[in-house]
This record gives sequence, C-alpha cells and structure tokens, in this order.
Amino acid sequence: MRLDRGRLINRARPLRFTFDGVSMTGYAGDTLASALLANDIRLLGRSFKYHRPRGVMTAGSEEPNALVTVSPGQGQEPNVRATLLELYDGLKAESQNRWPSLNWDLLAINDFASPFLGAGFYYKTFMWPKAFWEKLYEPLIRRAAGLGALHGTSKDKSYEKANAFCDLLVIGGGPSGVMAALEAGRAGLDVILADEDVTLGGRLLSDEGEIDSSPAMQWLETVKAELNAMENVRIFNRTTVTGAYDNGTYGALERVGNHLADGPKGLVRECFWRIVSKRTILASGALERIIAFANNDRPGIMTAGALRSYINRYGAAPGRSYAIFGNNDSAFETARCLQSAGLHIAAYVDSRSDSTLQGDFPIFRGAVVSNTAGRGDLQSITLRHIGGEDKISSDVLAVSGGWNPTVHLSCHMNGRPQWDETTQSFLPQSGAIPGMVYAGAAAGHMSTAACLRSGSEIARKVISDLGAKAASLTLPQAEDTPYAIKPLWSVNTRKGMRAWVDFQNDVTVKDIEQSVLENYRSVEHMKRYTTQGMATDQGKNSNVTALAVLADVTGRGIPETGTTTYRPPFSPVSIAAMGSEGQGKGFAPERFGSTHQIMLERGAPLIEAGLWYRPSYFPQAGEKTWRQSCDREVLAVRHHVGVCDVSTLGKIDIKGPDAAKLLDFVYTNTFSTLPIGRVKYGLMLREDGYVMDDGTTARLSETHYLMTTTTAAASQVMGHLEFVHQCLHPEWDVSFNSVTEHWTQFAIAGPKARQLLSAVLDHPLKDADWAFMSCGAVSILGVKGRLFRISFSGELGFELAVPSRFGDSLFRILITKAEELGGCVYGLEALNVLRVEKGFITHAEIDGRVTVMDLGLQRMVSQKKDCIGKTASERPGLMDCERPRLIGLKTVGAVKQLTAGAHLFNEKDPVQSAYDQGFITSVAYSPVLERYHGLAFLKNAEERMGEKIRMVDHLRDIEALCEIIPPVAVDPKGERIRA
Amino acid sequence: MLKLSAKMPFDDLLPLSVGTVTLSDDTPENMSIIDCPVGTEAKVSEVLKSAHGMGLPAANRTTGSAKNRCIWFGKNHLLLGPKPDDALTKIARLSDVSDGYAVLRAEGKDIEAVLARLVPLNLAQKHFKRGHTARSLIQHMHGSLTRVSDSAFQVIVFRSMAQTLVHDLERAMISVEARASLLK
Repeated sequence: MRLDRGRLINRARPLRFTFDGVSMTGYAGDTLASALLANDIRLLGRSFKYHRPRGVMTAGSEEPNALVTVSPGQGQEPNVRATLLELYDGLKAESQNRWPSLNWDLLAINDFASPFLGAGFYYKTFMWPKAFWEKLYEPLIRRAAGLGALHGTSKDKSYEKANAFCDLLVIGGGPSGVMAALEAGRAGLDVILADEDVTLGGRLLSDEGEIDSSPAMQWLETVKAELNAMENVRIFNRTTVTGAYDNGTYGALERVGNHLADGPKGLVRECFWRIVSKRTILASGALERIIAFANNDRPGIMTAGALRSYINRYGAAPGRSYAIFGNNDSAFETARCLQSAGLHIAAYVDSRSDSTLQGDFPIFRGAVVSNTAGRGDLQSITLRHIGGEDKISSDVLAVSGGWNPTVHLSCHMNGRPQWDETTQSFLPQSGAIPGMVYAGAAAGHMSTAACLRSGSEIARKVISDLGAKAASLTLPQAEDTPYAIKPLWSVNTRKGMRAWVDFQNDVTVKDIEQSVLENYRSVEHMKRYTTQGMATDQGKNSNVTALAVLADVTGRGIPETGTTTYRPPFSPVSIAAMGSEGQGKGFAPERFGSTHQIMLERGAPLIEAGLWYRPSYFPQAGEKTWRQSCDREVLAVRHHVGVCDVSTLGKIDIKGPDAAKLLDFVYTNTFSTLPIGRVKYGLMLREDGYVMDDGTTARLSETHYLMTTTTAAASQVMGHLEFVHQCLHPEWDVSFNSVTEHWTQFAIAGPKARQLLSAVLDHPLKDADWAFMSCGAVSILGVKGRLFRISFSGELGFELAVPSRFGDSLFRILITKAEELGGCVYGLEALNVLRVEKGFITHAEIDGRVTVMDLGLQRMVSQKKDCIGKTASERPGLMDCERPRLIGLKTVGAVKQLTAGAHLFNEKDPVQSAYDQGFITSVAYSPVLERYHGLAFLKNAEERMGEKIRMVDHLRDIEALCEIIPPVAVDPKGERIRA
Repeated sequence: MLKLSAKMPFDDLLPLSVGTVTLSDDTPENMSIIDCPVGTEAKVSEVLKSAHGMGLPAANRTTGSAKNRCIWFGKNHLLLGPKPDDALTKIARLSDVSDGYAVLRAEGKDIEAVLARLVPLNLAQKHFKRGHTARSLIQHMHGSLTRVSDSAFQVIVFRSMAQTLVHDLERAMISVEARASLLK
C-alpha cells in the first residue's frame, strides 16, 4: 500500500514495470523492492535450499532474500538485489530459484524433507553407489538448489574501469561521512565521498529526527549543496567500495547506467574504480541484525530499520497490522514512525524486562516472539511471556536484534574486529588498514549527534595529519540518545521448529548445533560445515548472530569465538565490470605493420604472432585451399622471386664503445671481430644454458650494431640486454633502443632477387660489394634505407629496410615488380615451408628446453671467450649424447603425412612413454621435394641417420613410418644462398 | 618514374572528436632517442640547448616548446621535432625513431576524465602540470604521456599500436560524453 509520504519518490513520474510478467506501477525514486511492497507484493523469491517463500528483509545491499533476475533473456542479470535496484520505466524482473512459478514452486517439497536435508547432509549421504555422485546426485542437487542463472550470451552493454586519486576517501555518505567530507572539503583537501545509495544521507533518509532544531533532511540538503559546490570534493553516488588493498588502494563499483531504461549511447552499466587515497575514513554505518526464532523467515518479517526506510523514503507500507520485536531502543524508532504514518501497531515486544519505553500501543516487556504463522507470508505471531504464550494477528513484523557496525573493509588486510560489550558488536581494529580511520556507527557511535561529532573529529585529525588546516565549523546539534541494548541472539524453539540465522543459505540454529555436535566448533569450521555467510550477501545480517549462537552452544564467549574472515569484495562485483574493456578489441593491443592495408586488400588471412597480425598466405583466384596458395608462393621463391614483410622481427640499435663487449657476452659466438658492413648469425643462451633466441646482428660502424631477434622474443631479448647491462656490467658504456617499428623490412628471396632489387635501388648492385652476409646503406627511389644480404629461405636473399612511412608504398612496388618477374608476395606459411626445407630453426625448435648441442650448433660456442649460459650449458646432463638432437624426417611407408607434435618410437617398441624416442617440432609439405619434410628431436640421432622410425600422433590418430635424414633437405651445400 | 610516398600512422584515423575531447595527429617529422655516453649528460644538455634551444629535462619533465620538444623517456630522452644537429650527433648517441612512434594530441575539457579510464596515474592538473611527463600504461599499452596545456596531453605509443590507441581513447571518450549527457 502506498502512503501519503515518501521523501525520495517523485509522484509526478510514474513508472511501469513488470514482475514475473505482471505489470505494475511505481514512482521514480522507488527501488523494485519498495515498488513491489507498495503494490502489496510481499513474496519475492524462494530460499536457496528449502525453497521457502521469502520477502524483503532489508532496504540495502545486505539483502539476503529479495534477489531477482533483471531483463530476462539475452544479457539478463541474475541475483540483483531488489532493495538496490532502482525502478525504471519498462523494467522487467523475474523471481528466481522456483519452478514452475513463484507461488507454486514444486521444489518447495524440499521443505517437507528438511529433517533429512540439514547442514552437511550431502557430506554423508549420496555415498553409494559411487558412480551415481557425478552422474545423478550432483546434477540433481545442483538443479534443486541455487540462485539465479546466467543466460549464456554476452551482454549488450559495456562496462569500464577507471582510476581516481584523492587526499581523503570517505566511505559512506551518512551523517558521519557527510560531516567528515564537509570538514575535509572546507580544509581544501581533495576528497572523494563514495556512497552506495542514490543520494547522500544514510540513515537520515529513512529516520525521523532533527538537526539544529530543523528536520534532518533540511540540514542534509544544505550540506549537500555546499559539498556539490566544492571543486575539491567529488561525490560518487551509487558507488560501493568493495575492497581495501595495499598502499591506500581501494576497489569500488559504481552503478552508472543499469538504473536507466535507455541511457545515452555509450553509457556503461557499471564502472569499477581503482581509488588511491592518502587517508581513508570508514563511515560505512551499521547493519541491523535479526533475532533467530521459530519461522522467522516469512515474507512480512523484516528488520525494524528497513521498515522505517520503506515508510519514510518510499511511502510504501508492506502490511496493515504491525508488530515490532526488539532488544534495544532503536526498535522504538520504528514504533514512532508507524504511529506518525497512522499505521496500526498490534504489539511492541521488548525482550528486556527493565525497558522503560512508553507508547499508546500494546507493549510487552520481558517477552519474545517465539513463532510465526501464515500461509506463505506472515499472518500472526506467537508471543511468549512470563504468563505463557499468546497469538497476535499481524502481517508485518519488524525485528531489531541490534546493529553490527559495517567493519568489513577494515578486515580486508587481515585485521580482526574487536568485541565491544557496550554495543554488543564488533568494532574495527585500530590500524588494521594503513591510513584508514573509523567514524560514526562503523566505529560504534549510534546516535546522530555522536555520528556527526565523530565524523568531524576524525576528519580534523586527518586534516592535521596531512598538513592542512581545518576551517571553523560549528558542530550541528542532534539527538544523542544512548544506545541501550541487552543481548538476545535466539529464542528457544520447540523441537522440530526451525529458527533461521542465515536466510540466504537456509542455515538455522539447529544447523549450528549440529555443526558443534560434529565437532566443527571453530567459527571457520562452522561456516564451512553449514555454509553460513556464503553466497551473494556473505552473511552481512547473519555472521554475528551465527557466531553468538555458536558461542552459546560451545559455552565460549563471543570474543573467544571470533568472526570469520571478511574478504573482498564487500558486495558482489560482476566479472564483467572487473574485466570491462578486456572483451573484443580491448583484450590486447593489436599491432599492425605499415603494410597491413595491403594484406587486407589482397585477402590474406591474418594470424597473430605475439600482438602482431601477419599474413598467412595471399590467395589468388581459383585457389581453394591454403596449400594451393602456399605451394605456389614457395615455388615462386625457389624459381623466381618472392617478397615478404619481415618487419615484425625485433630490431635493436646497440651503440657505444662497449657494444662489442656486450654482444660477445650475450652471444655464444664472437661479434667483436665482425668487420663493419658484415652480418653474423648468433645464438643467445639463458643463464641456465638453454638457447633463448637466435638472429642476425649487423655491424654498421665501429660502435654501432643492429641486432635482430625473433618476433616472439623481441621484448624478452630487450629485457635480457637490460638485465645484463644494469645488473652484470653497469660499467659498460653502451646503450640500446628498439628500432623495430622505425624500419619496415622486406625479405626478397629467389634466383631473381637481384633483378627485383635493381628495379627499386637508385644505384646498381655490384656483386663484389654484396657478398653473402654483407650489409650497408642504399638509396631506394630517393629514400635512404638499408640492405642486408641474408636469407631465411635458403635462396639468394636480401632484406631491404626503409623508414616505415614508406613501407606501404615500397611493398606495393616490390609486389608489382616481383609479379612481373614471375614471382609473388608470400606469407608466413610459405616462409615456414622454405625454412623447414632448409633446416632453419624457429621457436618451434628453440622452445626453451633445447641446448646448442641439441641443435648440432655446438661449433657456434666460442671457446676463446665466456658468454652468458656457457658454463651452465656444459653441465653433464646437458652434454649427454642421449639427449634428443635435431634431425630431419621423411616418410617412407604408405602414410605420407607428417604432423608436428607427434612422437617417435622405434619400429618394434610398444607405443608407450617409456619407449619415447623423440618428437617432431615442425613439418611442411615441400612442393619442391614433393613430399613432407619434418624437423624433429631424436635420441642418439647421430648414430641413426638412415634408420627407420615410427611416428605416432596420438591426437590426430596418425601413424607413419619415417626415415631419419639430415635436417637440411634443399641445397645442403648452400650454393643457392651464396649465388 | 617510381616514387615512394609516405603514409603516417594516424592517416585515416584522426582527427576525431567526441564530446569535448578532440584527438589530432601530433607526429612530428623527426624523432630521435638521445642516449648520453657515461658522464656526458651536462655536456649533452649544453649542446642540445645551443643547437635546439633546450636542455635535457629532469626525470618526468620536458623542455622546449610545441615544435621543438625534448621529453624524459624513462631510461633516455626523446627529441621531437628537429632533425638533430651534427654537434649533438657527435656527442650523444642518437637513434632515429621518426617512424617508430605514433604521437597524438588529446585535448578538451574532459580529457582528464578520459585518460582516467586508461591510465593508472594521477593526471589532475594540480599533480601533473604542464611540462610533466610520464611513462605509463595506456590501457594495455606502454606509452608516454605529457601534459602540454591545461587541457591537452601528448600521447605516444609504438607506431603499430596507433589504431588501438585511437580505439581505446574513443571508447573512453564516448563513455565520458555519455555520462556528461546525463547531467545535461
């Protein structure tokens, strides 16, 4: 029912929404929970295990019951708390964990089976037959239990992450947080005030009261206006600080657009903030707890503070006849609220016999609510007092078992809260989070005046700590009633009755007792045994009550029992928000070379090489498979000329008088003696003696070398050089920089390579000047470039480099000219075939487990000098001749195919790992040889040349008989490459 | 007669405006990394100043002006704009990276909010003033950020990542503009 009050709803803006398909109306400012209550809908969901009917219990993010699925269908959002979900026009929400409907849930049969389904039942049942667990029992249990479900499709809206920095982060926008922000703002500090609610105010928005002799809301509006006007204060509404981390870093989730029906284009649903602050004031308030008594989970039973919120904030009355049950004075606020709203109070039940509260409604002192009744939702309560029991008709019961300061964030770095007898609650431990201090109800100050005072005092300390000066600010006057409470955690129940402690996980007092009987007496063990405090609410209402019940059952005190560990996040954070930009193109940067457009124009399928996108092959009309294109490109290189963009290989400028020393130290072979204008192939080892990378290095001047690396290891090699220079030889005068992207480099390979080059070089090539492994400056159509006579194909080959701005233009010309010569552009597939035919290695071979001996390149290790990894590479284990060595393979049986990754076995050995002789690293179909050629590592390789070996590919189920041959299959004497 | 034509990293991508923020190509004709041989920093700074009108900047700082700028680049310095003078090439070790990096100017009222979505640094005017520079993450990329005016930053990434930089900035710009339009 809607009342003629409601501070935060705008009656001028009615909104239509549906719940389980039924259309209803609410107002702007409503939450889904308040709108449903105003529409007399009290049944909102079913409980996790027993499928008990459940309604709204709270009015905040701690809500355990009222979880719904929003926007059913594609991109649906499950487990949304109706108490936090702002109403918007067209909102569609559905209840969850019920079948076939919320009112008629067949799985409610679980409730009748509850004697068998107590805590830990699944640890002890379903034990046999063993095979049934995975196939039958677990699927059935999973079907019967649970919360909402994801739809399985990606969301249509986006999320984002952002960074913020401040002097002071104030967490919580209640009276203490607002007061702290006001003090700090006036003192000139950079302040972020983060609050979960849609607007500042905290409890002031829900309670009645005065500040400075005026309604509290009036004071609040004045302060909000001042804070909004301060440039140094940023107010983050709808923002929950979810975790505290090192160095003053906090995670926070902002609800940006998920409360809007149709936000502006590009508006994100949520933003996950990383906030870094010098100091933090935790003013997160307190959460009201419930009392455990029989059948305390019916729809209509809620916390006393929540009832005030629904009446005062939203003008939503959840029933017609109200009862209140509390053990502290704050529950009486609810009675006053109901009276002022003209609602009927059937009973005020105070468990304290010495309570002095007075009112013109029935007050029962020293009494408790021992049971409730109703079909589905609440219809009556049973009152137990010294004279016996009475049944009172009531459809709403407001319960207050006291308040738990919201200490969670103070525990995120392993701090433990301290028990406070006066407030019967845990308070945050001083210094638990470096730089964090506590104010207001979070620190145990329960009256409005105490909160305002606390916020002001704590802020002034922070201001002073940060070297700023507090402005003069008069402390506002407000109610300062002491917080009077007498502990009451649970009411004794009759046998067979259940009193709920954790509503979300269906954990009852009996379950905790059972846990102790099973000797799970530690609070952490009890939690795991019963599942108390798990799932989306993380036991915000139930933790303290549960441990108090545990303390009672075990005969220990509450402080000795302690709390479980509060970990981030404080409230649920969608993975989508944390991943945010990580989807699609945001997953990783895309690196495009200067010839990328040409690859797209020619329809080359792109493959990722690290972050680079490289062309696989360049299909031509009539070619139906990649092999057809690849074979054509390979033959063009072998018979004519081919052009390939090889710019992605790392290029490192190494300069300085000690450049040669550095190279001698990082390479196995010697570069200090390399003449200027020459290029040398080098192998680089890791410190453990295994091969790290290979490449060529050119000497461009006495003190200037240009190193090339493989594409994949470019950054690894750069890091390695940094390590060597900074940590091992900081005295060397040498510097190195990546020039990978400055130069676009093309391989020009094939018998007609010189002809092609002559078409673009401004000066003709003189053969005498350009011997194999030479390099130098050239002029390319008027642009200064570099030429290297190196080859990765085994053909007469050059690599031509130009500044990248000319890469696109030069590539187009080279391709045209190559085609005129009968050649073509070629991609990575052809490049791979060419190098496999020639026995050249890549990271398929040097995979981090391979030594120079394994590669048969031991002659490349200079004996005249030391180098990184040399000593380690000479360890006996690495010199063992039984280690697999690089060989070539060709098939000789009926099966002609070789596959990379396949393993090798002697012909007559069983195919078992114990008999494994080696493995294939690379294979290629050679159109020149008209057969597959493979590179592999094989034990005792040198003695077995010419022998047969069996290839077994377990994954592809292929077997082939092979002959062991040398790795180099094309031009073994190197005549072409030196032509 | 064949001739090579130049294609710059932001061709076809910039300029781009969303909301109050505009991205424009700021890639200079020349870029050189300056490494100082051991013990020559003061001398290199002197030569740089006499040749190009600015000394070597301190860590996280820049020297020079819009067309002739030297920025701290982590372990060395980056000279943007002029072709290095011979006097400089004689004393310092220079690597020509004119085509190695893509440089853009990101300008507008909401530029700090846009960069806050990509860069984990406090770029507020109060902390990161004109002439301040940093090497940092820009979304997933390593890059360089320099404040060049009250409402403008110069952003540098590897040339190959120009498209990703524009993509990431545009996405953040759209988000910030969408938020701003909520308040209109």
